[in-house]
Formats: sequence, C-alpha cells, structure tokens
Amino acid sequence: MPVPAIETENLSKEYPHGFLHLKKKTSLEGLTMQVKEGEVFGLLGPNGAGKSTTIKLLMGIIFPTAGSARMLGKLVSDVAMHRDIGYLPEQPYFYDYLTATEVLDYFAQFHGYSAAERRERVQKMLRKVGLETAGKIQLRKYSKGMLQRVGLAQAILHDPNLVILDEPMSGLDPVGRREVRDIILELKKAGKTILFSTHILPDAEMLCDRVGVIAGGKLRGVGAPGAIVGVQATGMEIAFELPEGVAMAEQIQGKAEKTGAAYRIGVSESELYRTLEELQAAGARIVSVTQIKPTLEDFFMELVGKDRAQASAVEVSAQ
Amino acid sequence: MSRVLIVARNTFREAVRDRVLYNLLFFALLMIASAVIVGQISMAIETVVMISLGLSAISLIGLLIAVFTGVGLVSKEIDKRTLHAVLARPLRRWEFLLGKFAGLAVTLAVNTAAMTAGLFAALWLVKHSLERGDAVVLAAAYFILLKLMLVVALAMLFSCFTSPLLAILFTGGLYLAGLFVSELRSLQVTTLTPQMQKFFAVLSYVLPNFGNYDVMGAAAHGRKIAGMLILHNTLYTILYCAIVLGIAAMIFSRKDLK
Repeated sequence: MPVPAIETENLSKEYPHGFLHLKKKTSLEGLTMQVKEGEVFGLLGPNGAGKSTTIKLLMGIIFPTAGSARMLGKLVSDVAMHRDIGYLPEQPYFYDYLTATEVLDYFAQFHGYSAAERRERVQKMLRKVGLETAGKIQLRKYSKGMLQRVGLAQAILHDPNLVILDEPMSGLDPVGRREVRDIILELKKAGKTILFSTHILPDAEMLCDRVGVIAGGKLRGVGAPGAIVGVQATGMEIAFELPEGVAMAEQIQGKAEKTGAAYRIGVSESELYRTLEELQAAGARIVSVTQIKPTLEDFFMELVGKDRAQASAVEVSAQ
Repeated sequence: MSRVLIVARNTFREAVRDRVLYNLLFFALLMIASAVIVGQISMAIETVVMISLGLSAISLIGLLIAVFTGVGLVSKEIDKRTLHAVLARPLRRWEFLLGKFAGLAVTLAVNTAAMTAGLFAALWLVKHSLERGDAVVLAAAYFILLKLMLVVALAMLFSCFTSPLLAILFTGGLYLAGLFVSELRSLQVTTLTPQMQKFFAVLSYVLPNFGNYDVMGAAAHGRKIAGMLILHNTLYTILYCAIVLGIAAMIFSRKDLK
C-alpha cells in the first residue's frame, strides 16, 4: 500500500489566551485526514476555520497540542524531508532588502545546488512566475501580487514532490490567478502532490481531485469537490435581450431583472424549456443559459447553520 | 554547518544593506574631531585621551548595535514572518539561530576592526608615529569584541521568549549588573544571612562578568595585558555564549511562531 503524501491523526492545536494564559482557544480539533500521492487536495474553509493552522502544523511552524502528522512517510518534526517539500506561506514575506534573484538564490543554497545550478534554476523560476524582468529589483518595491509570485517561485524552486500552498491565489489579479492555476496543473501533470488552502470554491472545483472542508477547527468532510459541496444546480438563469419595440410577455415581466442591455431570469429546471419557448415566441434573443449553483458562502452558511455551537467556534476563530 | 554559514552570510548582508555599518562614518568624524581638539590641549596626555575616547566609542557603538540588532535578529523574523519560508528549508531552528548569531558576530568584528583601524589612524595623526606598546589597544579592542558577542547571545536569548522592548531592557540590565560582578564577589556584608551570602556568591558566578573585559585604563596607559587574561576571556566568552545560545536554541526550537 503506497504511503500517503500527508497523513494526520487526531491533530489538534490549542492556543492559550487570557490572563496568565489560563484559557484555551481551539484552532484545530482532532484532524484526521490523508492526502494521496500525486493528487491535488484542496483545504476549504472560511477565514479562521483552521486551514492555515493545519498547514503551519505540517510545516513545523507551530506545534500540535495533540496528535501527529506525517509527510512523505516521515514525522513532520524531521526537517530533513523539507528537501522534498515546497511551501508557500499565506501572504508571504521575504527579506525586503534582497532582490527576487537574491532571495531565490538564498533559498536554493539550502538545497545544496552549485552556483551555476542556482543561477539556472533561479532564472527558470523567475520566468515561470513572470518576474524575469523584475529579478533585480529589491522586494521592498514589489506589489503584493509580485511577492505572491516570488513565494510561488521559492516553493517550487527545488523541484519538490510535495507542494503545500497556503492561499496561493491571494493578492493576485485575474491574470496572476490563471498563471498560478496553470502552474498547479503543470505540477500535477508532473506527478507532484499538491495541498492548497483556499476559501474560493471555483479554484477548488477547477483544480482539486479531492477537497477537505474545515470549519470551526473541525474537518467536516472529505471528497471530490462536487460531492463534498453537494453542488447540485438549484435552478437555471437565462439571459436574453429584447429587440427594440418588442414588449415582454406579462408572465415573464415580473420575474426578469435588467442588467445593462440584457435581462436575466431565474427559473427551475422543470420550467426551463417552457420559459425558453415563451421567450423565443416573444422575439427575445437568448444570450446564455447558466446553472445556478450554491456559492461557497451559501455552502458555509448552511454548514454553520446546521451546528450552532460550531458556528460560534467559527466566529471566535475568525476574530 | 554549511547551512549555518548560509544564514550567517545573509545576516551579514542584511546588516550591510540596513546600513548598520554607517556608524563607522560617525566614528571617523569623532576620531578626526578628537585628534584635532586633543592635539591642541596637552602633548602629555593626548595619547591617553585619544585611546580612552576611541575605545569608549568603539564599545558604546558596538553595544548599541549588539543590543538593538541582536534583539531584532530573531524577533524581527518572527514578526515579519520571513522565518516561515526559511524554516521550510531543510534547516533546523538551532542552525538558524546559530547562523544569525554568527552573522552579527562577523558584522561586529568588521565594525570593531574598522573602528580600531580608525583609532590607530587618529593616534598616528596625533603622535605622528606608532609604538610597539600601542599594540595593547588591539587587545582592548579584542576584549570589546568578545564582550559584544556575549551581549548578542544574551539579546538573542531574551528575544526568544519575550517582546523586543523587554529583551532590550533585560539585556541592558544584565549588562549593567555584569559590570559589577567583581564587587558582588567581594561583597562581605555581615548583616546578610549566610543563605543570602551564598545566594550572592552563586549569583556572582552565574551573571556574565563584563568587568573582565574592561582593560581600557591599562590600554590608555600602555600597560601590558597578560596573555592568560586574553586566554581566560576568550574561553569564558566561548563557554558563556555556548550556554546562552544553547538555552536560546532550546526555547526557540519549541516556540510556536506567528
């Protein structure tokens, strides 16, 4: 049986707080999960759910109150395995007195590459993340999105087998997000295992083989993105335009909303074809028909609503 | 060990880019001004004044850098979260700590060496010659450097478990207390209970003895410094730093980062 790339057992983290640190706040409670080798695994959850706590525990940045975690078959306390792990911290910070080239070269030194190999790797990474022309600029002059790209470059600099990315799309513009998605897919194609955290559902749906949903410090479920979120269409949305002088049918008029030149109307699946026929009969031009799926917000609100106690935990940890 | 050197090299680079070595400019101006003024006061004591002033400035500037930069070495990395990406490398926390210490130690060594060279230049300006006896200034500067290493180690230790401000206060307080270790050892107060006397005796050996490093008077008056003292101070610094950094590494290795 192949060894899981990541394996946690009853992993928990409590933080002391309050006067004399006598009170305890639970950030993560009994997390037991596995990430298989070669899969893209998304850790989903609202802000403060425990995603970053999980990743920090895996990377040895914080230590568990209970439980254990293994990566690539070794306990996470064994830092030697970091040779084979890449990590992008949430909102990464680097030495701002260094240039991107220097900071990548600095990190590459820990992996034992020669100066020539480092030069080659650093240039390759800068090209990969679209920073080849900004490599000589000090990081203090970088935007948040550029720092995120440097973060991604340093995470994959040493060609690791396991890549852990904490909110990799954070701070990126649409082009940057697309590029990061492409990099993740490229890594997947190369057989790497990827764990990334996000609270953006479309990213997870697009990239992940499986997702784990965390809320209030607890794992609420693991599975394929569609299955776990239960993304069943709740209805259909029709966008249409009406030629000038054409009046809208009475039964539709009450339901349609105008956005720019187009109208939008939400209908159930069973009403779809009848409504389309009515629209066509009225002379409308159908622009698009889209499934209406619950948003991540809907999903989490439902999740949290099921468990009031859990809801308060989410609020506490989000603060 | 090579990983320690990687961190050390970067720490030195950080100090240079953060313009820590700009203090040398201030020191150079101080020495030039002193040489001009002292030359006009008295031919008899000009060397004494120059050496005392120069060594005091080297010590004070070095102390400021050692305390403030020493405290920031780790706390800044924790606060800015620059540590996260660094510790994702195959690097143990103690290696990081040792590398940081070594980097600042090299920075202080370069700084002290440059200021000592400046002091010799000022002496030459005043006396128009340098004598063999002036070499004692080198020993005094070396002792200052040893003292600074110890201060950095203490600053790093405190910054591992408390806030930067408290770490500065603790380091400064311990430095001041350490200047009076000899007095504490010879303290014979009859009103103290035997337990208290024992406590002070133990305390005098636990506290870092910064008084050991003060040979400015001897250097200013051209008195020789015993080789044994140089050996003693060197070994004392190595041992004390090893213990302090060992405790710091133990604390830091178990610390939850932000």
